[in-house]
Amino acid sequence: MKHEQTHGTPMKYGMAIDLDKCTGCGACMVACMAENNIPFKEDESEKLVSITWMRIFKLSNGKSFPDLDICYLPRPCQHCEGHGGHSPCVSVCPATATDYSQETGIVSQIVTRCFGCRYCMGACPYHARYFNWWDPVWPDGMEKYLSPNVSPRMRGVVEKCSFCYHRYQLAKNKAYLNGGRRVPEEAYQTACTQACPAGAIVFGDLNNPEHQVHQIVKPDPDNGNRSRNDRAFRLLERTGTNTKVYYLSSREWVRRAGDNYLAHEKTGQVAKLHH
Amino acid sequence: MSTLDEKAQAGMDDHAAHGGDGKASGAGGFIILFFIIGFAASMVLGWVIFPKLLYSQKQQPLNFNHALHVEEVGEGCQACHYFREDGSFSGIPKLAQCTECHEEPMGDTEDEAIFVEQYVTKDREVPWLSYSRQPDCVFFSHAAHVIGAKMDCVVCHGHIGESEVSRPYEYNRLTGYSRDIWGKNIAGFKRNSWDRMKMDDCAACHKEADAIHDVSVQTQRGHCYVCHK
Repeated sequence: MKHEQTHGTPMKYGMAIDLDKCTGCGACMVACMAENNIPFKEDESEKLVSITWMRIFKLSNGKSFPDLDICYLPRPCQHCEGHGGHSPCVSVCPATATDYSQETGIVSQIVTRCFGCRYCMGACPYHARYFNWWDPVWPDGMEKYLSPNVSPRMRGVVEKCSFCYHRYQLAKNKAYLNGGRRVPEEAYQTACTQACPAGAIVFGDLNNPEHQVHQIVKPDPDNGNRSRNDRAFRLLERTGTNTKVYYLSSREWVRRAGDNYLAHEKTGQVAKLHH
Repeated sequence: MSTLDEKAQAGMDDHAAHGGDGKASGAGGFIILFFIIGFAASMVLGWVIFPKLLYSQKQQPLNFNHALHVEEVGEGCQACHYFREDGSFSGIPKLAQCTECHEEPMGDTEDEAIFVEQYVTKDREVPWLSYSRQPDCVFFSHAAHVIGAKMDCVVCHGHIGESEVSRPYEYNRLTGYSRDIWGKNIAGFKRNSWDRMKMDDCAACHKEADAIHDVSVQTQRGHCYVCHK
């Protein structure tokens, strides 16, 4: 039953989010919840129990009018690569419920495998993981709107953004039918990317020079995949999480807000590369 | 005389002693018999009664003759179970597909009459019971297996194309899953590749067939998201 598997270079799916374009409208959050069958609570403002795979944070430069500036920061799972795929959550999971794929660069979460210890939530520096304190309940009739491509989660497990992996699975089906294996750029896009009215989110393969996201980010593999774009930064980049979600901004205070800088450190300065 | 008496006495003693032994071995045999009966009872309970209790049966809405259809349509399985344009698999045909041929009764069997009267004329979908339905958390791509790996339908579905009657649909009362997932054999022994479709069966074949084993950082094997969703 051996069959040829010509995968070629592995993919590394990632995002570039232009914070100067983001208006904080929340369309990405809504699209994400609808796409991924994310249960909502009676009181969604209760952030201890609400689940938001994609969440918008509001940043402020802390100054008063007229120097006040606001920035909205959408935060999906950052799909950390760490070193050799050892992202913080993957390293600690005792159940092999979360995993890093060298083929797609996506951090998976298998909810039927998870037993809910929440170690990964503690390990994640981005609060991208959420715990299901209750079984999901949808208002009468609304369960008919659920996507059959995403399995709803049960009480007692952790869930998070999967970069809409089911869309990759479906796109790959079509690729097979067309006689290939490679999924074209436009065939696999996340729900948030497509929902963003400002076009602030660009999604694609960071390893593929033909993909828009690669052209924007221009990752430097010799420098821990740091972006060669002056506008780009990653969240807590200096911890070595090696995330695949890049943020872009021309405003220095925004770029500086992406990490914990000491007063004397320059924005984007790396004290020492981690190994 | 006295020696004879002594001998007789000894013989009686022996006899008495043997009699005593005989009683003891009878009790031992009873214990062994009791154990055997208990063992047999628990075996019957575990291997015969438990599976009967665990699985419930449903009949298909009407009897479907695969062998007849394969003969008539002539294109093999793909005639009715085909790929859609987006690469997804059609699975069990919808009514519209059946009525392409079955607008009018196409034979005089009882099942044909049920089909046309109950479903075609009333324009109702046939509530077929799917033997091979995987749990909700599983993503199975027919395209990857049939087109990508060029596998035959028989590898997973067995010789269902040669069946003349629809066997009863058996499902687990606790989980609701079809019995085909666990397999007929309650112990989990399988002789054919299609006897069972649990995760281990998928994994065994993937381990053998996948050229790349090191995709997953955790397991150094195939990535979980290959088959999960």
